[in-house]
Amino acid sequence: MSAMNLRRWLTALCLALFALVPVVAGVFGQPFLLDIFDRIMIISIAAVSLNLIMGYGGMISFGHAAYLGIGAYSIGIPAYYGYYDAALQLPLAIAASALFALVTGYICLRTRGVYFIMITLAFAQMAYFAFISVEEYGGDDGLVIEARSRVPAGVVDLESNVQLYYVVFAVLVGALYLVHRIVNSRFGLVIQGAKDNDERMRAIGFNTFRYRLTCYVIAGAMCGLAGWLLGNFNNFFSPEMIAWTRSGELIFMVVLGGMGSVFGPVLGTVAFIVLEEVLSGFTIYWELIFGAFLILVVVFVRGGLMGMIAKFERPRP
Amino acid sequence: MSAPLLDVKGLTKSFGGLVATDGLDLGVSAGETHAVIGPNGAGKTTLLAQLAGQLRPDAGTIHFDGADITGLSAPARSLRGLARSFQITSIFRDFTVLDNVALAIQAHAGHSFRLWQPARRDAALRDPAGAILERVGLGGRAEVVAGNLAHGEQRQLEIAMALGTRPKLLLLDEPMAGMGGEDSERMKAFLGSLKGTCTMLLVEHDMDAVFTLADRVTVMVYGRALACGAPAEIRADERVRQAYLGDEEGV
Ligand SMILES: Nc1ncnc2c1ncn2[C@@H]1O[C@H](COP(=O)(O)OP(=O)(O)OP(=O)(O)O)[C@@H](O)[C@H]1O
Ligand SMILES: [Mg+2]
Repeated sequence: MSAMNLRRWLTALCLALFALVPVVAGVFGQPFLLDIFDRIMIISIAAVSLNLIMGYGGMISFGHAAYLGIGAYSIGIPAYYGYYDAALQLPLAIAASALFALVTGYICLRTRGVYFIMITLAFAQMAYFAFISVEEYGGDDGLVIEARSRVPAGVVDLESNVQLYYVVFAVLVGALYLVHRIVNSRFGLVIQGAKDNDERMRAIGFNTFRYRLTCYVIAGAMCGLAGWLLGNFNNFFSPEMIAWTRSGELIFMVVLGGMGSVFGPVLGTVAFIVLEEVLSGFTIYWELIFGAFLILVVVFVRGGLMGMIAKFERPRP
Repeated sequence: MSAPLLDVKGLTKSFGGLVATDGLDLGVSAGETHAVIGPNGAGKTTLLAQLAGQLRPDAGTIHFDGADITGLSAPARSLRGLARSFQITSIFRDFTVLDNVALAIQAHAGHSFRLWQPARRDAALRDPAGAILERVGLGGRAEVVAGNLAHGEQRQLEIAMALGTRPKLLLLDEPMAGMGGEDSERMKAFLGSLKGTCTMLLVEHDMDAVFTLADRVTVMVYGRALACGAPAEIRADERVRQAYLGDEEGV
């Protein structure tokens, strides 16, 4: 390792900035900063989880936003019936996402390449239309969530925006650390080996399907957790959260930030959301400029933003 | 003689109208080096793929180490001690050379649902992997990314990975394919050093290597075993000379 590991410094710097946002927002009286960075961090968790299967496992899921929806509905539906307890909603969000990943993954992971992409999209669309068709929960329009998840008094109060912010921050840091451990573990090497050369993995004795499915479930559960945070943050859930364009955006964030680097997707999300905010501020054609920018990055910077930064590091032996 | 380590009976496989393996019988006894030779397209690679589990035969049985493995998956066969090296180099190009072999060892070191401890610092995987690399002559290249190795080195890594699974039977598909003179001499010497420690089924076009290394030779033509016997018998066999060796005479 070179002494000057730029990427490590950048990761630490970014996280430190995230941690300071509530202070800055408070001092300068800019609460919208808190909102933007809340959203950035929550979507980052989703992107980090997608990167685990896509960047490390080669499983390009075009339906990953479904888990954001499942997580949010796991607050919204119990809340609709008057159950606000986090001890119910949180495990529900994670378990429902894991179950959805297990069932759909069991089928999707029998296919490869374009077929895999199409099937993950198809399952996410099924979830989308299922949510739309349930009039009880607002159908197309979704529903307002009356109150955020309730945690026993004295732990945290999610109704406080600043406290919710730090819960999101803690989950992001935890997710990053977990993915870092996973990709360097025996399990992680199996996942990456199966991406590189599945036939060879099987020939040396790995039943890769089981490992890939497990990884798919972990990523789904992690994104479901992000969905739980998103529902709490928005005080709202609707099928629009899991429209296929949302899944497409997640893929873009991962590619933009850098596939196969643990922190890359966070950079991708920051760039994506900040640009979206800035560009949409001064032209209604912002999506056009945005699209062109994304194409340039993908075509010219292999390895995304993280890959670009790695180029500035001293070459390793 | 005791029951063979590998016992293939009536193995048949066709691709559309083409019969690539045609009722093939083959036995490999423990400890021997058994060469399979035959012209291009004879069905040698197809045979190995069925033995290692990448291809499913249409008919026939494969017994290995006393058990019927015809219906087993490739990973299950590997865990029972069958290893295959590929004619077209099949390695993990993004991993380092050491990672490649360590993965093969990991596959046989219990389950890999271990999500927390860093695998690259696991001496139980790295040390034996390093030892195997020394043996095949890649000791100095352990930290190189496998995709950046020279062709000859990739062929050596291919064998090192197969050895990492500690096989009872090593299926080698043209280990010297595309190798230059010096590399191929080194490979030949290495395979010679393996003789006795590991049972081998060796598919190879290099007749010099075949006749030096093999205890027995099977000649395959059109998916069938045309002849099987000691190297000297095979050299003398009239049918074999006509079908195959004729154009290689003078080796
Ligand atoms: N997947 C496949 N689909 C269709 N035909 C195939 C397939 N694999 C092999 N064949 C055909 O089966 C026959 C046997 O091929 P195989 O690769 O087993 O020969 P080989 O003896 O290994 O030849 P070589 O010495 O060139 O490696 C060939 O005619 C080949 O074209
Ligand atoms: Mg072949």
